[in-house]
Amino acid sequence: MEQILKAKAIDKKFGSVYACDNLSIELYTGEVVGIVGESGSGKSTLLNCLSGSLVPDGGNITYLDRDNNWLDLLSLPEPRKRNLLRTEWAFVHQNPRDGLRMAVSAGGNIGERLMAIGYRNYSQIRAEATEWIEKVEIDAIRLDDKPSIFSGGMQQRLQIAKNLITKPRLIFMDEPTGGLDVSVQARLLDLIRSLVRELGLSVIIVTHDLAVARFMANRLIVMKNGKIVETGLTDQVLDDPQHSYTQLLVSSILKV
Amino acid sequence: MSNSEEDFNFAYLDEQTKRMIRRALIKAICIPGYQVPFASREMPMPYGWGTGGVQVTAACLQETDVLKVIDQGSDDTTNAVSIRKFFERVAGVKTTENTGKASVIQTRHRIPEQVLSEDQILVYQVPIPEPLRFLEPRETETRVMHALEEYGLMHVKLYEDISINGEISTAYAYPVKVNDRYIMDPSPTPKFDNPKMNFCPAIQLFGAGREQRIYAVPPYTKVISLDFEDYPFEASRAEKTCEICGATNTYLDEVVIDDKGTRMFSCSDSDYCNSRKS
Repeated sequence: MEQILKAKAIDKKFGSVYACDNLSIELYTGEVVGIVGESGSGKSTLLNCLSGSLVPDGGNITYLDRDNNWLDLLSLPEPRKRNLLRTEWAFVHQNPRDGLRMAVSAGGNIGERLMAIGYRNYSQIRAEATEWIEKVEIDAIRLDDKPSIFSGGMQQRLQIAKNLITKPRLIFMDEPTGGLDVSVQARLLDLIRSLVRELGLSVIIVTHDLAVARFMANRLIVMKNGKIVETGLTDQVLDDPQHSYTQLLVSSILKV
Repeated sequence: MSNSEEDFNFAYLDEQTKRMIRRALIKAICIPGYQVPFASREMPMPYGWGTGGVQVTAACLQETDVLKVIDQGSDDTTNAVSIRKFFERVAGVKTTENTGKASVIQTRHRIPEQVLSEDQILVYQVPIPEPLRFLEPRETETRVMHALEEYGLMHVKLYEDISINGEISTAYAYPVKVNDRYIMDPSPTPKFDNPKMNFCPAIQLFGAGREQRIYAVPPYTKVISLDFEDYPFEASRAEKTCEICGATNTYLDEVVIDDKGTRMFSCSDSDYCNSRKS
């Protein structure tokens, strides 16, 4: 396996508070890395720095693109960066409203990325959108409905279809199952996991739910106060936590 | 109106304002389709009446110019009459209804049927200059999209049209790509008029007063209407004949002519219609 994303010594301060304090993280192709930690530990800030929506105060981030070039993301020109975001990357937001156009039909939402990279054949766009809406287990007759009349779980699945249609290589997910009830959550996770395997995607997933992390991630990074306190294979971290904060986190899972 | 020279500077605006507008116009001509911000002035008419077009016309007018003003193709509707009178009074220029004799034509929502010539200027009144406005409400974002040529979203609108109506149902303000670069809103002209913009010999200037934007299409510039390969652009018109002049190739107005709902179709370009009738 080879690396796809490398971040070294990422610093990000909000005022005098460090949200990310000297963080380094590496991601390999086909790997799912989970970032866990409590609210305010800097998980989302780290994700936003990695995906380019926030500019870190220090450090450097490099990414291996499709043509096997290492790109320095912090000095990458804006057009190239936005092009990456549309083609090789995907970002699944916690709130599907942030990732979808609510006034545009489901088909239009799914097709947007295709049109953005130059597809100009309606039937072809329509066919691919139909294929993808079925892949995320939404009935194809809903293709012309607006996402505003979809349920929360369907909106989240639609967001995933919209992001995966251009076959990205790297996906950032920020609490993709937040706010969904457990049965919907389980189906969604199942779907994401099978798509990740099928397409060989690399994923960074931020969550505060250790069950989600256990289910999805190969490797875990535990954060607290902007620092990485523990990292390792998921089962290893969850079954034999070394750091006192991780121990606290694992012991506070509610048992049914 | 004998004392208009003492009451107003020529063409109402002061020279510094005209200079500012002309600078914006030159920039707009240099970057076809690009929206140039300008310091739009209060005009003695409400926004929506063509304050942008009026300012552009005022900045272009010279004493020797002959002005024609049309509103939905017609010379004798309210907007056309009031703007024509305005310039008669504040600039004292000659006015005409004859498209061929005019050197400056200010228009609301139509392009004249008669082919324009190299020595003419067509000034459009524009309500909303940003073609992406209803798809992406953030002006900061749309400007970045224009800068980086990220125009996929414009096709999402056309996609929606087809998926809902089975065809591209956008009938006016149909988006165009200018000079293979910028996507532009041609102002709310019917899409029937879009092909007339392509390689038009006249200068086309667009003024949006409330939105404070000026843009332009220089003479002989490529202006292409957006479409899909399998749903090509169509310059549609009502499949009728003008009942006044018998024209079959013009853009028609449908007019209710009595209390029983009887309708007639007639050319929306009143000058063109009159010239054929006589």
